[in-house]
Formats: sequence, C-alpha cells, structure tokens
Amino acid sequence: MSASTTTLLRLAWRESRTARRRLLLYMSSISLGVAALVAIDSFAANVQTSIQEQSRALLGGDINLRARQGFTPALDSLLDSLRTTGVPSARIVSFASMATASPSGGTRLAQVRAVSEGYPFYGEVLTAPAGRWAELQRGAYAFADPSLLIALDAAVGDTIVIGFARFEIRATLTSVPGDPGIAATIGPRIFIPERYVAETQLLGLGSRAEFEAVIKLPEGTRSPIWVAPLRPRFEAANVRVRTVVESEIDLSDAITQLARFLSVVGLIALLLGGIGVASGVNAFVQRKIDTVAVLRCLGASSAQVLFIYLVQAAAMGFLGAAAGALLGVAIQYAVPVVMGEFLPVDVKVALVPSAIGVGLLVGVWVAVVFALRPLLGLRRISPLQAIRRDDAALAASRRRDSWTQITNLALVASVLMLAIDRAANTQQGVMYAAGIFLSIGLLWVSAAALSSLARRLVSPRWPYVFRQGVANLYRPASQTRSVVLALGFGSFLVTTIVLVQANLLKSFDLSAEASRGNLVFFDVQDDQRAGIDSLIRGAGHDVVSQTPIVTMRFDGVNGLDAPAYAASRGLPARYWALRREYRSTYRDSVTPTETLLTGEWFGAAAPGDSVFEVSLETEIATELRLQLGDTVTWDVQGVRVRTRLTSTREVDWGRFEPNFFAVFQPAAISDAPQQFVTVAAVASDTAVARLQRDAVRRFPNVSSIDLSLVRATIAQIVDKVTLAVRFLALFSLAMGIPVLFSAVAATRRDRLREGVLLKTLGATRAQIVRILLAEYALLGILGSLTGMVLAFGGAWALVRFVFEGTFSPAPVPALLIAGAMTGLAISIGVLTGRDVFRETPMAALREA
Amino acid sequence: MLAARELTKEYQSGTSRLAVLRDVTFDIPQGAFVSIVGPSGSGKTTLLGLLAGLDLPSRGTVLLDGSDLSRLGEDARARLRGEKVGFIFQSFQLIPTLTAAENVQVPLELRGDAHVAERARDLLSRVGLGDRTGHFPNQLSGGEQQRVAIARAFANQPRILFADEPTGNLDGTTGARIVELLDELNRESGATVVIVTHDLTLAEHAQRIIRLKDGLVVEDRASRS
Repeated sequence: MSASTTTLLRLAWRESRTARRRLLLYMSSISLGVAALVAIDSFAANVQTSIQEQSRALLGGDINLRARQGFTPALDSLLDSLRTTGVPSARIVSFASMATASPSGGTRLAQVRAVSEGYPFYGEVLTAPAGRWAELQRGAYAFADPSLLIALDAAVGDTIVIGFARFEIRATLTSVPGDPGIAATIGPRIFIPERYVAETQLLGLGSRAEFEAVIKLPEGTRSPIWVAPLRPRFEAANVRVRTVVESEIDLSDAITQLARFLSVVGLIALLLGGIGVASGVNAFVQRKIDTVAVLRCLGASSAQVLFIYLVQAAAMGFLGAAAGALLGVAIQYAVPVVMGEFLPVDVKVALVPSAIGVGLLVGVWVAVVFALRPLLGLRRISPLQAIRRDDAALAASRRRDSWTQITNLALVASVLMLAIDRAANTQQGVMYAAGIFLSIGLLWVSAAALSSLARRLVSPRWPYVFRQGVANLYRPASQTRSVVLALGFGSFLVTTIVLVQANLLKSFDLSAEASRGNLVFFDVQDDQRAGIDSLIRGAGHDVVSQTPIVTMRFDGVNGLDAPAYAASRGLPARYWALRREYRSTYRDSVTPTETLLTGEWFGAAAPGDSVFEVSLETEIATELRLQLGDTVTWDVQGVRVRTRLTSTREVDWGRFEPNFFAVFQPAAISDAPQQFVTVAAVASDTAVARLQRDAVRRFPNVSSIDLSLVRATIAQIVDKVTLAVRFLALFSLAMGIPVLFSAVAATRRDRLREGVLLKTLGATRAQIVRILLAEYALLGILGSLTGMVLAFGGAWALVRFVFEGTFSPAPVPALLIAGAMTGLAISIGVLTGRDVFRETPMAALREA
Repeated sequence: MLAARELTKEYQSGTSRLAVLRDVTFDIPQGAFVSIVGPSGSGKTTLLGLLAGLDLPSRGTVLLDGSDLSRLGEDARARLRGEKVGFIFQSFQLIPTLTAAENVQVPLELRGDAHVAERARDLLSRVGLGDRTGHFPNQLSGGEQQRVAIARAFANQPRILFADEPTGNLDGTTGARIVELLDELNRESGATVVIVTHDLTLAEHAQRIIRLKDGLVVEDRASRS
C-alpha cells in the first residue's frame, strides 16, 4: 500500500506552511502578465459586443451609400422609389467650411454635416439642452460641438453663418452615434438641415464634399441579401455601398488587430514572469534540499516528492494568476477612461468569463511549466544528503536527463503556441516567438560573456571589496545569468515601448514648425488669388507661399488606357490608384519637404513640346507600377496632358505643408483651371481671428485653418497617447520588480552565508555593502544596457515593419530607463544584503 | 538480518580514485544493538549510507532483511526504507514546516497507513512529548527534537534503525537519556539498532562494537558493558 493522492496533497499543504508567502512572491511574477491578458481580452470582447449592439447606430442605418461626386439623378430617383415602397433613406452631405458667429464675429473652420429628415435611423444624437435634436429640420437651425461655440465666442441662440446661409444655434452636441468622442477635438462639427446646402453656395466646382445616404430596412431584413440585386446599380453610379454587417466586420477587425498587438505585450510580460518563476522556484528548491533528503530517507519516492512540490507550485501559481486576473478586471474598467475617446462606440464594461478563464489557465500553465524545470532537480536529491551535505553531488543532481529535455521542449512549445495564438497568423506568431528566443539567447550570451570577462579582468591590484564584487560574477552559484536575463528583458520591454512611442510621435514635432506660416487659406479660386494676397499684405502680414492645385485623373500609360494598362500590369480593373482624383501642382523646384530619389528634376520646357515632364512620389509610382521614362497621360478636367516620368521623390507627409503625389513641369498645366492654397505668417491670435473674419466676409467659399490651433489639438491627442503609453511602460517596469526579486532570491542564501562569513572574519558593514554594490551595479549596467541594445533592434523592427515609418533612435530616454533599471537592481541587491547585518555569525555558521 | 559483503566505496578525487571503504564484511542479526566507531574520516557515515541503501557501493553487496540493495532501483530502495528502516540523524532533520506530530506521521502517511494521528500521539507520549505534539521543531529544545526524531524513526515499526551520531548535537545528560531511550525501544520492539558514533561512552551501550580505520574494519567485538 502506498500513500493516496489525498495524503500527498495533505502533506503538500502542511509542508508548504512557511514557504507559502515566499512561493507566492515568486509566483506573483506572472500576475501582471495575466492581468494584461485578462484586461486586453476582456476589453476587446466588450468592444466587440458594443460594436454588435451599436453597429446600426454607428452606420446611421442598415446600409450606407457614399459618393465623392454627388448622387446622380438616377440614384436619386432610385432612392425616391424605394421610399415609396416603405424603405426610407436620409442624406448626409459633409464638407469643411468657415463658420462665423454673430454677434461675436468669431470665425473658425468647422466640419459641416447637412442631414435630411430621419437621420439617424438608429441611435440618438444627444444635445444640451436635452431633447432638441428633433427640432433640427423645422427651420434654419444648427447644432454645434461645444468646442466650436467656445472658439467662436458664441452661445445657444446666436446666429452662425456658413457660406451665404444663416442658422440659429439651437443646442450643442453631447454625443453623436458613430463618432468617437475625439472627433469633436479633431474637427468641431456643426449639423444643419440638408435642404439648406444650396443656400450656402459652397458646393461649387472643385470643392471637397462627401455625399452619403443611409437606408433603413424593414425589421428582420438581412442587409447583404437585400442590397445584392441593387449593388450593380449603385456601383454604376460610382457609389460605395456598405451594409451594417460589413461595417461591423471592418470595425471588429480593427479592434482585433489592436487587441492582438497589445496582447503580444501581455504575452511577453507573462513570459518574463515565467522566467521570474523559474528563478524563484530555483531558490525555493535550494531551501528544500534537506527536507527532500529526509522524505527520501523516510521512504518517499522521487515521483511522490515531485508531486508534493509541483502541487505547491501549481496552487501558488493559481493564486498568482488569480491575483493577476483580479487586477486585469480592475484595469479593464480603467481602459475605457483612457481609450474611450478614440473609439466610435460607447464601450459597456462587463465581466468576460472566457477572458478571465483563459488568463487563469495560461497563467497557471506558464507558472507550472516554468516551475517544473527547477522542480525536476528535486527528483535527483539523494537521501544521503540527510546525513552528509555534498555540494558536488547536488551539482550533479542538476544534470540533464530525458525529463529535463521534455520539459525544455514543453517550454519552447508553450511559448510558440502562445505566440501563434496571439498573433494574426502562424508566420507572425513564429516570428514573435523567434524574437523572444533570440532576445533571451542574446541576453544569455552577454551574461556568459560578462562572467568570462570578469574572470579574465579581475586583478589582484584592485581594492579588495571591488575585486570580491566582480568575482561574484563568475564564481560558482553566481547569479549573473538570471539577473541579467530578468533585468535585460525588463529593460528591453520598457525601452522598446518608449522608443516606439518617441518615433511615432516625432512626426508631430511641433516646435520646428512654428517659424513658418501659421494661417492657411485653401479653396482659393483663381480669380480670388490676388484678393486674398492683398488682404494679407494689406493687414501687414507676409504671404509665405501660394501653391496652385489642379485636379485631374489618371488616363493611361504608353498609349494604353487605364483599364488596358491595369490588365497589362496585373492590377485590379478598378484599382484605387488608377481611379482616384489627383490634386497636383506645378513648379520648377524641389521643396524642403521632398527628396529626389531617382531621375532628374525638370529641365526647361521647349516651346511646342507635346510631352511634358512629371515627378511622382515614390510609393505612388510603385503602386502604379511606373518606371522612369514611361509616358503617362492625365485627364485634366477634360483635356489630355501627356507627360514623361522623369523623377521620383520621397515626401515627408508629416509636415503642415501642401504636398503632392504628382508635380508637373509648369508649362504642362499652368493654364488649367486651378485653385490655390495660400499660407500666411500672422503674428498674434487676434490678428489671425481678424484676418479670418475679413477673408470669410469677402470670400465665403475660402476656408482657413489656424495652424496654432491644429498644433494645440495635436498636442492634446499626443498627450492622450503618451499617457496610454506611459501607463504601458510603467506597467512593464512594475512587472520587472517581482521578477528581479525572484532572480536575486536564487542565490540569496549563498550571498547571505558568504556575507556572514566575511563578517566573522572581520569585514565591516560598509565593506560588505560595497561588495554588494559593485556586484549589483555591474549586473544592473550589463542587463539594462543589453536590454537597451535589444530594444533599439526591436523598436526599429516595429517602426519599420509594423508602423511603416523610419526609425530614429532616442538615446536620452533609453539611457534614463537603463539608469532606472540599474538603480532598481542595486536597491534590490542591497535590500537582500540587509539580512547579512541582521543575522549573527553564529546562526549562519551553525546553519552551514 | 543485515549483511555487508566485501563492501568497497571509491570516489574519483581529481585524477586518482580514493577508497573510503575497503572490503568491509560483517553480519548483524535481528534485534542486535551495534555501534560503528572510528575517528573522523574513517568511513563510518559512508558505511551507514550504504547499509541503509542511501547510496550504492562501488563493489560488494548489502543484504537488508534478505534483499540485495544493489539490485534495487532508487524508488524500490525508498519503499524498502519506508517499510523496514528507521533513521535518526545528528542534526535531527525534522521537517521545519511540520509540527512534532506531523513529522512523526510522515513515514506512516507515505506508506498509506490509516489512523496515523493516534499512532503519532502514542509514539510522542512514549518518548515523553505527549504535551508537545503541536509544536514546531524551532519551538523544541535539541533533546526534544531528537526525541521527536526517535518517535518518527519508530513510527513505521522498522526492522532496523540507523542512528548517525544521535547525541552529537546534544549535551552529555540529554545525550545519555537519548541513548537510554534507544536502548529501551530496541528491547521493546526487537528492532535491530545500528549507531554510528565517535563517542566511545555511547558506543559501549551497544552489545557489539565495529571499529573502522581508514576504511577498514580493524576491530569487531562485544562491548564491555
């Protein structure tokens, strides 16, 4: 008869008495990783549910039709005939325009949305004063974002002028279905009835407006089935059709992608936790050698011993994961506060049992599989250790056997499976896993290199305490590998996050822009150009630039028309780059925001040329499969213009300056109908407001943007993003602490014994502290610097391949993080050394 | 009961092999009380480890109650110890996280016995610790800890009990009491007792003394007491 499972469980429970707290501390390494996974999964699930619930409100109806050029008469009559069969529709015309308030006279660019009766069919537009939305269609009324009224110095009841039409402000907007909260910050909205659009006289030639219609289907009708027979008619009218189902899928996909990216961070956090568990359990095993030897003397089999401690580890792993899950749930409630404004839906936060379950399961699994490796060593502890401690035999007990190899395989397989599960596809998952293994491998190699370097460099001429500290890096039972791994991985994670953030936000380097113009006028017609110019100069300001814009379409290449060219290059027949409207310019020089990549800039055009030169932005040239020397024909408002591609340019789109896909030799299109973008440098805010007001009075169709306002808006958004990223970075840093504690714990007893021995031999407290300082400072510097180097690689890869930008290193924040990590290592190390001073030499020697 | 046949134990020390025990041969009948003595480094503890199946010899055999230990695997030897062997160590080796009673229960629980709590209480009363059953090792004196260890050693009614310097960490008076207790239990239970010690006074309590020097048996005689 042998011990039943219950008996062993009871023994495991009793035996864990004093170790529970310590084991729990090691296991808490995984808590933050689990918290991240639970929070991200729950949040994603909540957003998905909200999208499903609110998808009709997001779209404003069951089907959305969208056209750039306005609806054709055929489409109008189709919508009318549908209305008679009980399928109502509503129109939305959106365009940007200057809005002027009366009596204040304030002027500001606004996003005008002219909507017809019935909009929105689903969801509700909330207003202040409440319940006024229904009044919109009763007269010349407007509903505006509160931020717009503040900018215009206007109030509910005042008049607002848009183009040549006047509206009474009936209420402010509190919430508009389908718009993220931040929409009001980016471009303040103003809703007017659609029937007044003509009265504004703003939608003339070349003006940019978007025409939409939303259709409401009878209850129970499936939108994709209903729309299928009508789709060809819609598409013939150049209308893009989206059903509520398609919009739901698109939004869900976007959220899934975001959640995937974040959950990779969570996964790395969890794996870092796993490393913490492994080092902690390793320390735990060292403490259990005597007990295990006695149990073996008393007849316990190696399997029984392993079972007892595995149960303890699994139980504590479960508690660590449960604490993480609880924290994850708490974070989940906080996420909408940080992210909510960026989302088009009102996220209803609810507990997601599946997310909590998965988090717990993955957490316990990672805890057990990482704990198993050191625990396997328990099987090899000889009962002989009970009568005579033999360190050589103990070292041999760590020898690898087939079970260790199987555990190693399980570890690798777990990382791979988790990465694949979290990535968008298998290939990406394998790449993530490879990245993780590569980082660990590099950290391992650098730790080994440090050990061997320390061994070689240590010199008898060095002061004793420093020599002792350095020697600790390569002596038996050194902690170089585990600490460098924990510290390096932590610093890798934090630095990567911060570097990616710095790179993503660097395009919004606002200060550099301040010196150039700050007031931009656009939609300036050819005959208004001189007027705007004299208005600016007359007020004593400078005109920085006047850029002509000519609208055109792609017509063909080397004698082939667009469809034939598409077919010849294997492009889809309705390829976007071939169909889009190009807003191009002409000039004879390269601007500071462009770099010539291939070919040569325009030469002088000879009179009578029929083929002119054109320069394309490099990516659009690639999209169009064009090569230098190709003859490209453009349809410039009905006139065919033939050009030869003579150069390609790289364009910095992140600047507040007009940039173009296609730039023409002036002779090619300077006679074509054109508009201008005029940039002025205006000194003060009041002067800007006055100039805007005067401009809109004389030229109602001309819009103007105060760039300092745009900069302020972007700064606001950047601040919000920065807050979210700082939270992520701080979270990763916090995660490093229990992991580092666990790593240091592994060799704590050896350090303690050694410290007490030194004390016995006459070392002072200051000397021991200095030895510890030397050791941990070196470990800290190496770990964090290696992590930093890895982070530069990781951030480069992310910026280059995921965000498709150019990477520029930001050494200052990276060095600050490295400094903080080194400080953390030193603090934890010296904190561990505290016990050296607490313990009397006798106690430690007796134990030894 | 216990037989050692030409036991040799060698260790690799650098490039040379070091023999700690050489051709040790003896028989110990059931119920005997035997001391193994010798100076430090004579191979006593190594011999004890081999006799109890904690380690395997380089050559030779150990027959414990008829089983050849060399032919048994690690886990089979553990089972054999659980059924037939009891241990007492110089440093007591109580499991620090378990109470006195729970320490005594461990061998019984590992065997899957029932009513282990009652048996542990009885045994602790027998060694004079009936009122300390719920104490943890660090709440007990050295002598008390060793008595718990003795109770644990007798818990599974072993056929043979090995004691490694059982009084090494105790003062003279406490040590003498421990030896008396071992003597009593040896007579009551009929278990064979093998003590390893360098304390000659303690050794003389045994019926027979085996003396080791440099890994060889140099004397094997009945005690004078």
